[in-house]
Amino acid sequence: MKLVELASTIRSKNAGVDHVTFDVICRDRANFERVRDSHALNPASVARLFGVDEARVTDFVVFEPANAIKFTIRRLRPSGSMGESDLFGAQQYAPLFDVEIA
Amino acid sequence: MKTVRIITPTGHLGTTPLETASFERGCAESPDFIVADSGSADIGPYPLGADRAASDEVWQRHDIEAMLVAARRLGIPLILGSASDTGTDRGVDQYVRLVREIAAEHRLPPFRLAKIYSEIPVDDVRRRLKDGGTLRGLNGRPDADEATLGRTDRIVAVMGTEPIRDALRSGAEVVIAGRSSDCAIFAAPLLEAGHSAADAFFCGKAMECASFCGEPFMGKETILGRVDGTGVYLTAMHPDQRCTPASVASHAMYERLNPFREYVPGGYLDMTHCCYEQADDKTTRVTGQTFVPSATTWIKLEGSGKVAERALFIAGIRDPYTIANLDRAIGWAKGKLAERFGPIGQGYDVFYHVYGRDAVMQAMEPTPARAPLEVGIVVEVVCADAARAETICHIAGKNLFYARLPDVKGTAGTAAIMSDEVLHARAAYEWTLNHVLEVADPRELFRSRLETIDGTARS
Repeated sequence: MKLVELASTIRSKNAGVDHVTFDVICRDRANFERVRDSHALNPASVARLFGVDEARVTDFVVFEPANAIKFTIRRLRPSGSMGESDLFGAQQYAPLFDVEIA
Repeated sequence: MKTVRIITPTGHLGTTPLETASFERGCAESPDFIVADSGSADIGPYPLGADRAASDEVWQRHDIEAMLVAARRLGIPLILGSASDTGTDRGVDQYVRLVREIAAEHRLPPFRLAKIYSEIPVDDVRRRLKDGGTLRGLNGRPDADEATLGRTDRIVAVMGTEPIRDALRSGAEVVIAGRSSDCAIFAAPLLEAGHSAADAFFCGKAMECASFCGEPFMGKETILGRVDGTGVYLTAMHPDQRCTPASVASHAMYERLNPFREYVPGGYLDMTHCCYEQADDKTTRVTGQTFVPSATTWIKLEGSGKVAERALFIAGIRDPYTIANLDRAIGWAKGKLAERFGPIGQGYDVFYHVYGRDAVMQAMEPTPARAPLEVGIVVEVVCADAARAETICHIAGKNLFYARLPDVKGTAGTAAIMSDEVLHARAAYEWTLNHVLEVADPRELFRSRLETIDGTARS
């Protein structure tokens, strides 16, 4: 099943001026456990998905109280630098939709 | 311990207007304070660097008027943080002017106002560096040096609770603060009432974006926070919104590197062992947070500096052959620029933002482009000289119209020009400082002034 069918929220947003953070939140505890236990999301897999060095994945947390998985990617340049395309980092999450969850 | 009730109607005062119905409902809950954050770093480095508000004064006035009039009617303090988006001295002065104008319009009886400035001259920071101070880079940034400061036009220090507590203690009924830690403006009155740092900062953390901590998703609706010694209680004031364990917990991780720690001057809030429970239909209670004090005090500095002037040009392409060979077409256009103006990156820069392909995600886009029906291209040129930026941008855009591809059928123009003009853009700035500076006293970078505002005085 694809992640988009199991998660109720999949979002991205600036976390400070140097990072974009991604939140995958499940409404339902069973869905969350399925996503968590599949290990389909991990620092290496999200680095691969977004084509970045794993060193740029600065944080990866399973956040039980919110039924959520959260990870953060370091930007190459601070938000709003010349050439910027997503000042708020708000439209970087879409590739997560199609991640296959066993 | 005294129960303290705080309401907040907006997570970013002034961006778009607060919703008055849920705010009035909050005012009916006997609040002790009205608090709102007006700051954001999401708006990019331009507003701080150029010292311009990002928000429209029409909405800033709207929100301040609603809160000031309610606070004076209820006889409770109003605390506004990070005045006018960036919290520069200009922002503080602008908000004080708005307060004065609104007080006169409503003929508000005299009240005490504290303004707290947080802008620091670049030279002051330079002096601290020379005197052996360290500007420690946050989240993987290198420490700042003389060269970093050389690229910086404007700096604000981010205050913690101390200057705001001082203002409340001196009798201020309205506090207009420069750049402030979002959660500190909420924590200050709670600490003054004797509540724990853990509850005070958690309450601030949960409330700083107002109704973002409730569900369903709504912006600009009022949230009531209550702290009574048995936990932090968060209640949604909109009739169709609730604060639930899921909504409050998911807000705890919003816009943050990691959901467990919130750093403030003097320590950090640890949310690792938070327990979220539904207290009543619209209220969630949170317990288990702790506060870990640090041995030294570090104050965050935000700095921005101008890089160059900027110009934009917009074009579209519909020809499937040109779209399939877009990189060659753009390559040709860039080659012509280099021929005329020298290598790109030396004295000027150009970016072709290809909407319909990878403008949004750029290098992070993993999906192979399916040939789109059409693409929109925004050409961005940056160059120290504004006139030269315009000249280069015009030709950088027009070169898409003249792009040479071997088998192109449309030989009368290879791009649709929306309007044959260069759009003036704001100058390019960059975030130069995202650093912390060690201080002996958490107040030393901030300047406070008290004044009386009398809306009944004849001007």
